[in-house]
Amino acid sequence: MTDSTQTTHMAQALAGKGINYWSRATAVEMAEAMRAGTVTSVELTQACLDQIAAVDGTVHAFLHVDAEGALATAREVDAARAAGEELPPLAGVPIAIKDLVVTEGMPTTAGSRILEGWLPPYDATLTRKIREARMPILGKTNMDEFAMGSSTEYSGYGPTRNPWDLDRIPGGSGGGSAAAVAAWEAPLAIGSDTGGSIRQPASVTGTIGVKPTYGGVSRFGAIALASSLDQLGPCARTMEDAALLHEAIGGHDPMDATSLNEPVPACVAAVREGRENGLAGVRVGIIKELTGQGFQAGVTERFNEAVDHLRAAGAEVVEVSCPSFQYALAAYYLILTSEASSNLAKFDSVRFGLRVEKETIEKTMGATREQGFGDEVKRRIILGTYALSAGYYDAYYGSAQKVRTLVQRDFAAAFAAADVLVSPTTPTTPFKLGERVDDPLAMYLNDIATIPVNLAGIPALSLPSGTAAEDGLPVGFQIIAPAHEDARLYKVGGALEHALAQKWGGPLMSRAPELEVTR
Amino acid sequence: MSLTYDNVVERYDPVFGIEVHVELNTKTKMFCGCANEFGAEPNTQVCPVCLGLPGSMPVTNEKAVESAIRLGLALGCSIRDSSRFARKNYFYPDLSKDYQISQYDEPTCYEGELDVVLDDGTVVKIGIERAHMEEDAGKNTHVGGTGGIQGADYSLVDYNRGGVPLVEIVTKPIEGMGARTAEVARAYVATIRDIVRALGISDGRMEQGRLRADVNLSLRPKAAPGEDQSAVPFGKRSETKNVNSLRAIERAIHFEVVRQAQLLDAGEAVTQETRHWHEDTGSTTPGRSKEQAEDYRYFPEPDLLPVEPSREWVEELRGTIPEHPAKMRARLRDEWGFSELEMRDAVAADALTLIADTVAAGVTPQAARKWWMGELARIANERDEDLASLAVTPAAISELQGLIDSGRINDKIARQVLAGVLDGEGTPTQIVESRGLEVVSDDSALEAAVDEALAAQPDVLEKIREGKVQAAGAIVGAVMKATKGQADAGRVREIILARAGVEG
Repeated sequence: MTDSTQTTHMAQALAGKGINYWSRATAVEMAEAMRAGTVTSVELTQACLDQIAAVDGTVHAFLHVDAEGALATAREVDAARAAGEELPPLAGVPIAIKDLVVTEGMPTTAGSRILEGWLPPYDATLTRKIREARMPILGKTNMDEFAMGSSTEYSGYGPTRNPWDLDRIPGGSGGGSAAAVAAWEAPLAIGSDTGGSIRQPASVTGTIGVKPTYGGVSRFGAIALASSLDQLGPCARTMEDAALLHEAIGGHDPMDATSLNEPVPACVAAVREGRENGLAGVRVGIIKELTGQGFQAGVTERFNEAVDHLRAAGAEVVEVSCPSFQYALAAYYLILTSEASSNLAKFDSVRFGLRVEKETIEKTMGATREQGFGDEVKRRIILGTYALSAGYYDAYYGSAQKVRTLVQRDFAAAFAAADVLVSPTTPTTPFKLGERVDDPLAMYLNDIATIPVNLAGIPALSLPSGTAAEDGLPVGFQIIAPAHEDARLYKVGGALEHALAQKWGGPLMSRAPELEVTR
Repeated sequence: MSLTYDNVVERYDPVFGIEVHVELNTKTKMFCGCANEFGAEPNTQVCPVCLGLPGSMPVTNEKAVESAIRLGLALGCSIRDSSRFARKNYFYPDLSKDYQISQYDEPTCYEGELDVVLDDGTVVKIGIERAHMEEDAGKNTHVGGTGGIQGADYSLVDYNRGGVPLVEIVTKPIEGMGARTAEVARAYVATIRDIVRALGISDGRMEQGRLRADVNLSLRPKAAPGEDQSAVPFGKRSETKNVNSLRAIERAIHFEVVRQAQLLDAGEAVTQETRHWHEDTGSTTPGRSKEQAEDYRYFPEPDLLPVEPSREWVEELRGTIPEHPAKMRARLRDEWGFSELEMRDAVAADALTLIADTVAAGVTPQAARKWWMGELARIANERDEDLASLAVTPAAISELQGLIDSGRINDKIARQVLAGVLDGEGTPTQIVESRGLEVVSDDSALEAAVDEALAAQPDVLEKIREGKVQAAGAIVGAVMKATKGQADAGRVREIILARAGVEG
């Protein structure tokens, strides 16, 4: 894929603007260049660290940067490579990790003040896999507190800004990971998706985000928001990069009882197949309920255009209906808040994190939670506590579980007619910071197209489909597959990415505005 | 006037139910790989999972599930094809996640019935509501001040016990036991203890909290003659927590029966509440009132898959369920011909299985009993150990007894051989050979020894001839001493009598 002459020219052009080419490179390019000996992991890692130093003062994608640790890993990889050691595919490629994945000895706050200063004594399974993949960890990315939010404005440490327009939200909860990738601070990042927290930030930052099948990536060590909905997944700038990362982090984990005991999907091969062979014989279903009314005109336009590209690549396009999606948002917020109210109980001052000392343990617990949690977290704990209360359980949690079953049936019926389903990832392009922060319901509506996927436990991704005519901001295209069929996402995504790149003459991200260096 | 238990049960029908928590003896905890051992230094058997650290997740211990199902089967329960864990949510410092993983609407074992045999042989059927799995909490220690949770200077928490696997067995309401209420309650808990021991899933030691009982009790007036007792509504109940010995079960029931009757007699209401048992005073005091009971907000544990034992597995486990302990005791008593007292002593010493295994190895029941309840019980007591933990097997006892029966050794040497076995010197036969302990039955050697002893005490032969045959004992003793106990005492006696010219 890499043409070294072209690379050299591009590198020179960027250097002229004071930009290190390597921060712009894809993970695939980085890995190939390291194998070819044209660059070292230390150089790549330093390029990313330089970019972070240059722009993160503005973007604020990171809560913690571990330059020393990342460079140490990079040096080890370079030494191992020099010694002729066999290395994993992504060895030496730097990565950023969402701050809810625990990293031994590295601060992990989940965006909350209640965990400020906590140093986890253990690694998440995902962290262990990243270390085993020999990838330098650049640091931990910003997020809405405990992943509750769609804008990062609910982070306890201040919002992240969208690199496309610094006055706009980068999405959430994984706005930090998406912005880090979009701001050229990291070629890859890890996100978590409970109701769209990987896909919606990808959509609004012009990047790619994948939510694997529930259980496809171990949740052990990922600070839980809603255990039955949470799933970790890759954030990247290209389909193949995402696929490589997916294969590195996926797989069965005996530490996570809900982890799938099946082989990791062949994501990379699927991207190549879609790119090279197109989509002949693939049935693509447009979800009627996730188009039209309520969707911004420029979003719909880009969506229709992407569908045309799929058709041109050989896909058969049909329309499917999922009538119970109208209840999905309500059911989601009952299930999520119920589980979250329980998952967040452990933040009680006794064993770790913030402690606001009072006369009795009950008062200490109360004062700690009062001071340590932000408004949105408290709002959701209260909602969930109410929904699980004696006498209300059947009406709320019980009904929500029934809706969940209906949503799953809708998907099952739709997948009888189509191999993959598609929709715009979000109804609108990114809104302005502060615009919805005091209107939780408007904030929740941003996830209308992503939430049903989590309720069904199925895989989905978002990739860029261009920018909206009215505001020039990125529009995401969502592809959804049946459970265990993650590879289908990559095949269809690979084909669409290829078609759009040909149309645009390069990836969408190359059209993102340059960020001012603020260091 | 002061009421008595006997007086109250003539006028009221006590209705009670018992919740027994059994700590399982699995190697690891219920949801993590930490050691499940009693008595380690505080907070040394902990990990991110049982400490409830952010991000950690539980994984169900299959062995604990197996133990729970076997216990359920022994209690006559049905086993659910699919059962879920649930979260019981409440804030407490010893509960690391601030929720306990338990089972709620779908316990794995449900609807059982257990025969409880009282001392006089009466069999009472106790309905079992459910037996479900859950994890234990850690342990709080309140230091300084009043020593209570509210008045202490500070509190320490040990999470070693946090996550230890428990099975909670809940009875259906037990009624109509009248004066035998306390006896039935005690016998029920004793039966559960015997069953978990027979199953080998817990040592059932109440004094160490491995088996803990909560007693629910209420009173309702006795129906008038001719009226239907079951038509009389239940009264308000108290739940007395942590009644941790068999004797305390009886005492707590006596206390609560009288306490509640005093209130009812005075026209006052019994408060539905949790009460604490005080062993020293034999009384209960109120804990937190159930009126302000917490709402535990149970919901299915999303981090765990349902427990779905296959029918085949359950049937396989059913094949491992031992005989009901009381019935086994009755059967063995008949088979062995033990007296009631001998049987009770053997049970109390936890020696039944050992005796049974020794009998199975070919020793007569009385000889087996004498070993385990005699010499071995003495040694165990001396060493402050359990019989079962002594380094001797029923097979070794059988071999030892065989050596005695064949005349190769006598009882006294046998004790020396046993000491060798306990010290790990080898099998009884090996020890006899290596220590050269065989009985001397070579007549010429014995005759020489007898003659030597007689020479030292010349008057003995005369005494024997005068009819004082017991005088031979002094010579037997001397010969035994000279041969270090290895002489065949019977043969020695014969030789002495022959020397005296007397028929033995």
